[in-house]
Amino acid sequence: MKADLTKYENNKIKNIYNIKNHENYSYKTIGLTEDVIKDISKKKNESSWVLELRLMALKKFYELQMPTWGPDLSELDMSQIATYVKPKTNMQRTWDDVPDEIKSTFDALGIPEAEKTSLAGVGAQYDSEIVYHSIKDELVKQGVIYTDFDEAVKKYPDLVKQYFMKCVPVTDHKFVALHYAVWSGGSFVYVPKGVNVDIPLQSYFRLNAPGAGQFEHTLIIVDEGASLQFIEGCSAPKYNEINLHAGCVELFVKENAFLRYSTIENWSKNMMNLNTKRVIVSENGKIEWVTGSFGSKISMLYPMSVLNGKNAKCEFTGISFAGRGQNLDTGLKIVHNAQNTSSVVDSKSISKDGGVCTFRSNVLIKPKAKHSKLTVDCESLMLDSESRSDTIPTNTIETDDVQYSHEAKIGKISDEAIFYLMSRGISEAEAKAMIVRGFANPISKALPLEYAVEMNNLINIELEGSIG
Amino acid sequence: MNLLTIKNLYANAGEKEILKGLNLEINKGEIHVIMGPNGAGKSTLANIILDNPQYNVIKGNIEFDGENINKLKTDERAKKGIFMSFQTPEEVPGISVTNFLKTAQSSRTGEPVKIFKFKKELEENMKKLDMNPSYSTRDLNVGFSGGEKKKNEILQMLTLNPKLAILDETDSGLDVDAIRTVSKGINMYKNDDNAVLIITHSTKILNDLKVDKVHILVDGKIVKTGDANLAEQIEEEGYAKYI
Ligand SMILES: Nc1ncnc2c1ncn2[C@@H]1O[C@H](COP(=O)(O)OP(=O)(O)OP(=O)(O)O)[C@@H](O)[C@H]1O
Ligand SMILES: [Mg+2]
Repeated sequence: MKADLTKYENNKIKNIYNIKNHENYSYKTIGLTEDVIKDISKKKNESSWVLELRLMALKKFYELQMPTWGPDLSELDMSQIATYVKPKTNMQRTWDDVPDEIKSTFDALGIPEAEKTSLAGVGAQYDSEIVYHSIKDELVKQGVIYTDFDEAVKKYPDLVKQYFMKCVPVTDHKFVALHYAVWSGGSFVYVPKGVNVDIPLQSYFRLNAPGAGQFEHTLIIVDEGASLQFIEGCSAPKYNEINLHAGCVELFVKENAFLRYSTIENWSKNMMNLNTKRVIVSENGKIEWVTGSFGSKISMLYPMSVLNGKNAKCEFTGISFAGRGQNLDTGLKIVHNAQNTSSVVDSKSISKDGGVCTFRSNVLIKPKAKHSKLTVDCESLMLDSESRSDTIPTNTIETDDVQYSHEAKIGKISDEAIFYLMSRGISEAEAKAMIVRGFANPISKALPLEYAVEMNNLINIELEGSIG
Repeated sequence: MNLLTIKNLYANAGEKEILKGLNLEINKGEIHVIMGPNGAGKSTLANIILDNPQYNVIKGNIEFDGENINKLKTDERAKKGIFMSFQTPEEVPGISVTNFLKTAQSSRTGEPVKIFKFKKELEENMKKLDMNPSYSTRDLNVGFSGGEKKKNEILQMLTLNPKLAILDETDSGLDVDAIRTVSKGINMYKNDDNAVLIITHSTKILNDLKVDKVHILVDGKIVKTGDANLAEQIEEEGYAKYI
């Protein structure tokens, strides 16, 4: 990569944390009560069935307990969170119609540029609502649907009802219930049977308002024999108050279908990221997760794959990076629920300046899942002795005939390797950065080029440690 | 012209005293050899010259190219033109040989590398060392055989073209042909303005080289200096009379 491009990219990423638009909402609700929910639903002009689901979810939220494990969430006060922040625009189909201030944020994030060169469709959310959505005509002609979730609920209610809340049930945990009570925005994708979407679609979620929550709902159905590459990006500027992200992603990969779901989350360090993602994979289907978790004060994120059909496959490639004051509690869950299912997990974590990375891998191989294969590889790199890294595997294997391997490596960055690189004239900072980037390389390789560059720059910035 | 001068050097690893009053002088244009029993402090000396943080200088001076470098950090010393071929080169996953060398070179010059020229030179150097070009895209030393790692060190020497190349047992673990290839590489690198310091246990690598001085290092000190014949003598008689 050319030096000047890297510099440009670095600036771009620094912007991510620094661009703060004035609070420019047209409507805002604070807190979490039945009235607030009704208010949101009314503003959205929703049908009564949608409101009923929201109110039911709110009840569940109050019934369910806070998690009894993992990071301390006591700083989160739902009565203070702006649960709905409507930007001063409706959803637009061209960037020209998006208000300048909002458009310039997405410009700085490189979204319109990426749209021109390497994406087949884009969704852009600002606070609680999608402000822009596009999809290439060719895909529309093939019957592909890519739109914001609010619109999908109105335009394709039958399709939505068939899948919504079916992958991630409202009772799953407290923050899913919260999500279903206040969800807003997000993307909906339907890829019809046999259609291949080779060029990725990307949805980007930008949270601008201080003290706000973002609760986008993403629902993707890749029908039989179809394929899709989907990229999700997230970011927010740095504030002093707590922001909350409790999105939900429901994915359905049907028979013989393929989905690659890539995420780069790049939250500022006042964010509590309590996100839920899950896929149900049918016979011969395959899910590939590629995830980079950067930023946030606290993250709890464990994408789950339910391999429900014979020969269903899951590949998980993920990295997380925790710096000062960060507690990233991530991992995954996999349920092998049919014969010959297989999963491959390759996870890396990096911790620095007292940052904490915990990786929980939770695998369940059901009695039906004979001849299943599972390979889990976790590696952590600690850049100093203040930092912490843990891997917590929980495996429940309820059948014989399973091929299973689990490897976990936890280590400190090697002084000898730093010396080796420095002995060739490379500065200490660059030597460390090279070793860390090298460590992360298997993940970068799984990302499309632009995102690999972005990830490398995120790593550089985390190492500089000067911002966020 | 004097290139490296080490005066009365004492150095430790932790509490352990390793170098105990070592003196050494190398001029431009010369090839020096250091031999000595296992554990005498040869690798320590090489590492100290590049300020490996595992070791501390207790007293003494290291001058390079007319300048005291005691206070310089490893990368700054490397930029002045000191190079070491490691006795056991580190494996660094995720960094290709090419990228590593590009970064090293641009760090040394402070300018971006001219990619085309760089690639061509790298290919030529690899050919000279009988290295398969595919190695340039592999992760640095990862999964390299012992001999391949050593050749990769010499490749780095040729690419970075230092003023002083310290080769710490580069010959050990190399097959006969590889030893010849490496000494060919040293001859290609060598000119009147630079110098080589070879640490070795065997005279094989010296056969094709014009050696100026041979030093015997025992228990942290140079106990004897002579010409190329001294190496032959050691090969036959061992160190008994110097211990
Ligand atoms: N980091 C260290 N901590 C403690 N002792 C060390 C350290 N490095 C070297 N030593 C000790 O210092 C002595 C000199 O080691 P050194 O590696 O310099 O020997 P050498 O002359 O290169 O030997 P060889 O011919 O076997 O390579 C040895 O006794 C070794 O065990
Ligand atoms: Mg040695």
